[in-house]
Amino acid sequence: MTSNEEVILKVEHLKKYFPIRRGVFRRHVGDVKAVDDVNFEVYRGETLGLVGESGCGKTTTGRTIIRIYNATAGEVIFKDKDMTKIKGRELRQTRRKVQMIFQDPYASLNPRMNVERIVSEPLEIYNTVPRKERKERVGELLNMVGLNPALMSRYPHEFSGGQRQRIGLARSLALNPELVICDEPISALDVSIQAQVVNLLEALQEELGLTYIFIAHDLSMVRHISKRVAVMYLGKIVELTDRKSLYENPLHPYTKALLSAIPVPDPVVEENRQRILIEGDLPSPANPPVGCNFNTRCPLAVEQCYQEEPAYIEVEPGHYCACHLVQPGSAVEGWT
Amino acid sequence: MPIPSEKSEDECLLEVKNLTTRFDTEEGLVHAVNDVSYCLDEGETLGVVGESGCGKSVHALSIMRLIPIPPGRIEKGEVLLSGDNLLDKSEEEMRFVRGAQIAMIFQDPMTSLNPVRTVGYQIMEALKHHLEMNDREARERTAELLAMVGIPEAAQRVDDYPHQFSGGMRQRAMIAMALSCYPKILIADEPTTALDVTIQAQIVELVKRLQDQLGMSVIWITHDLGVVAGMAQRVNVMYAGSLIETGSVKKIYGETRHPYTLGLLSSLPRLDEVSRSKLISIEGEPPDLVDLQPGCQFYERCKFAVERCRYETPILESINNGHSVACWEKERVRKEQ
Repeated sequence: MTSNEEVILKVEHLKKYFPIRRGVFRRHVGDVKAVDDVNFEVYRGETLGLVGESGCGKTTTGRTIIRIYNATAGEVIFKDKDMTKIKGRELRQTRRKVQMIFQDPYASLNPRMNVERIVSEPLEIYNTVPRKERKERVGELLNMVGLNPALMSRYPHEFSGGQRQRIGLARSLALNPELVICDEPISALDVSIQAQVVNLLEALQEELGLTYIFIAHDLSMVRHISKRVAVMYLGKIVELTDRKSLYENPLHPYTKALLSAIPVPDPVVEENRQRILIEGDLPSPANPPVGCNFNTRCPLAVEQCYQEEPAYIEVEPGHYCACHLVQPGSAVEGWT
Repeated sequence: MPIPSEKSEDECLLEVKNLTTRFDTEEGLVHAVNDVSYCLDEGETLGVVGESGCGKSVHALSIMRLIPIPPGRIEKGEVLLSGDNLLDKSEEEMRFVRGAQIAMIFQDPMTSLNPVRTVGYQIMEALKHHLEMNDREARERTAELLAMVGIPEAAQRVDDYPHQFSGGMRQRAMIAMALSCYPKILIADEPTTALDVTIQAQIVELVKRLQDQLGMSVIWITHDLGVVAGMAQRVNVMYAGSLIETGSVKKIYGETRHPYTLGLLSSLPRLDEVSRSKLISIEGEPPDLVDLQPGCQFYERCKFAVERCRYETPILESINNGHSVACWEKERVRKEQ
């Protein structure tokens, strides 16, 4: 990544803890560290993939950026403004430029509103388009996402999952956002429909110059759509790099295991593949292991991993990793 | 290893013949499974692939006779287990088939275990019913089974409730329960869909290992073409309730002949390839199973469709060596590939 590209979003030391309360007095007994010191930058016009297994904090990261949740600590700088600090009018005006599409196309659309109202609601709230022209704008947006504007008076239940996801997309584009956070937009869809939606997202990005943060657990789809990919584990980013080196030169043991767990739809490849199986389950984010988060499942863990938390460092230009065994100039040996 | 499906009948363990299942609903008659026929050999893993609503789960439930009647009904067909038609059996007789001869695991390990009974109790139930074990024997066997599927400290965890298990562990417990009576066939209905990929890889390895140990046949139902590529010997592809392509795993992935299978494969991004600029998607959506039109069900979404496809339903025809496809234009698909 060259330095002259414009940074549109900068996330620094972002933390989001959910308090655990117990007893009659709702005493604060601990925290679920959903997002724990996350750092990354997003460049204008790119797609940054955010992957990890369920409970790794990828969705919370997205939601904290857009301030559905208030951050516990850290900064989210969107074009010189710290999203975690601004208020009122300023927040409203900034938030317009950052939109979100959600995972569940069944739950994210109000079943009592027709498509026209769903898509024109943001226009109404921000009053960006005069009332008389709203219908036209909704038609335009529906065209853009490949839906027939004639269906505008219909209700969400009359549409299939893929079509609903298109409606959600039209709504998020209504205010001409610059950054769109896509939170697992395709995981609820069938395989043949997934490709349709991904192609649409890519076409819109080109047409409107959008920047995406693409959150998903499907590493092969994330790799396809993203320019750079961040891998999260238990609230932290363990590795961040461009899509090419993520596959060709993964450094973190978790990334390697994750890559090897993903099946390839080709029996010849599968037959000859060496699989790295990691044992056990994800530890609870309320009670993460001491030292490196991954030490309970890591096949390479050494003494140091149980005592110190590894620093998140730039190992190669543009390639970040948090592992004691990965230092600049020394890749992990032993297994690939 | 291509396994020819045109063996003499008495050689296959499970033979499904012209299975047709329909549901009466308020919207109309749902044609969930249409005239599905295939054969499962001993020790074989058969992958059944298709999107939601293609009838892959209903076909499995029909084999197990677990379709709610009404609204459902198995209109015609035969399910021959070692030559014995399961569809003719009484409900009482079926109780000795399910679990003992054919066992099933389901997609959602959270809801398929009873939350108010311990995991051990639920496994012991089957052992007592089918193998007539007493309490102590059943308990010992349960601990062994849980250890076999890789649950740590199995003997202590027999008395745990399902909520004390993680998702992956619950699916392991379900597998232990399914295998408790050494069934000849294990039907796994999307067993890893609700799980994370690293846990999925663990479960796939586990089933492969147990299959080698116990020598059972597996029917693995999934929408994930990747998982099937790594574990099945043969693959059935279903679309809109019908079997549209079947063959050895290498033929299906390497010499695909049905436009739908081809479309599915090319709409998947692959980890091991240089990234393509655009995914090739299948346009449109699967048909409504309520009013199925005559002709090929894939007609409206098919790039290869010709006039004939609209009126004439293609028949599943053998091409070679157990590879069959239901498409009028299979020659053109071959040339294009």
